[in-house]
Amino acid sequence: MNASVPHIEVMRSQLGRARGLGAGHSGVSHWWAERVSAASLLPLSTWFVVQMFRLGGADHAEVVKWGGKPVNATMLAALIITTFYHAQVGLQVIVDDYVHGKAHLPTRLLVKIGTSLMGLLGVFAVIKLVVRSGSGK
Amino acid sequence: MQDIRKALYVGSRSDGTLIQRPMSPHLQVYRYRLSMVLSISNRITGVVATAGAALGVFWLGAAAKGPKAYATARKVTGNPLGQLVLVGWLASVVYHTVGGIRHLIWDAGYRYDKEELNKDGPVAVGVTAGVSTVLAVALLAVAGCRRSKRAKAGKVS
Repeated sequence: MNASVPHIEVMRSQLGRARGLGAGHSGVSHWWAERVSAASLLPLSTWFVVQMFRLGGADHAEVVKWGGKPVNATMLAALIITTFYHAQVGLQVIVDDYVHGKAHLPTRLLVKIGTSLMGLLGVFAVIKLVVRSGSGK
Repeated sequence: MQDIRKALYVGSRSDGTLIQRPMSPHLQVYRYRLSMVLSISNRITGVVATAGAALGVFWLGAAAKGPKAYATARKVTGNPLGQLVLVGWLASVVYHTVGGIRHLIWDAGYRYDKEELNKDGPVAVGVTAGVSTVLAVALLAVAGCRRSKRAKAGKVS
């Protein structure tokens, strides 16, 4: 082949190059989501461990009183949301790595639904605790 | 060519030049390294930590539901088997945190050379063991103290 003839050296469309997303079609957002949620979990889980020292062996009234405080409820909800978001993103990588073929999509959906539901359950439990503590029960 | 299988690993780039494709890793032929155990452990502890977080949400849900449901949850968290599960969750979270911090350090571009990796591995194990033990003992002691104090005061849990 004549070297002077203009030819495309890379088998990749110009649009694909401009987007810069590669074969994965989604870029690096997933990677960043995993890192940012991980970094956010560091202070949140530290807070939770400290609270567990206050709460270890506590009875129901003490837990309700603790969970009803606005700062505690906020931190708890933030911890729950970030935890299950991070779990969702992390478990998705594991499913992508080890589950192949027909089982891949259902497993991935299961992870997504499962972690979302657990997160929602946690948030509603926090809301219920706040309500319960407000009503003095 | 040392390995005859390498003949099958010849590929071509999109510009047509031939390249040697890497062999896929066969775990059973690798020599045991600490770093590979720590790597898979980070994933396993991530899954365990998620399962533990789910249990934690159930505990919170029980507290939200009412004193009766909370009493049932305390039967689980109060008995030795339940506490073993709690300690396992704690250790998993601690290891996953330590492993996660290492990952963040690597992502920032540090401590990723072979010698550094091999040096940091045992440190990560030591830190995990130390922090987990101290936290587990302290938390169980605090919980036990509070419980026995309440029992002495004659309150029903």
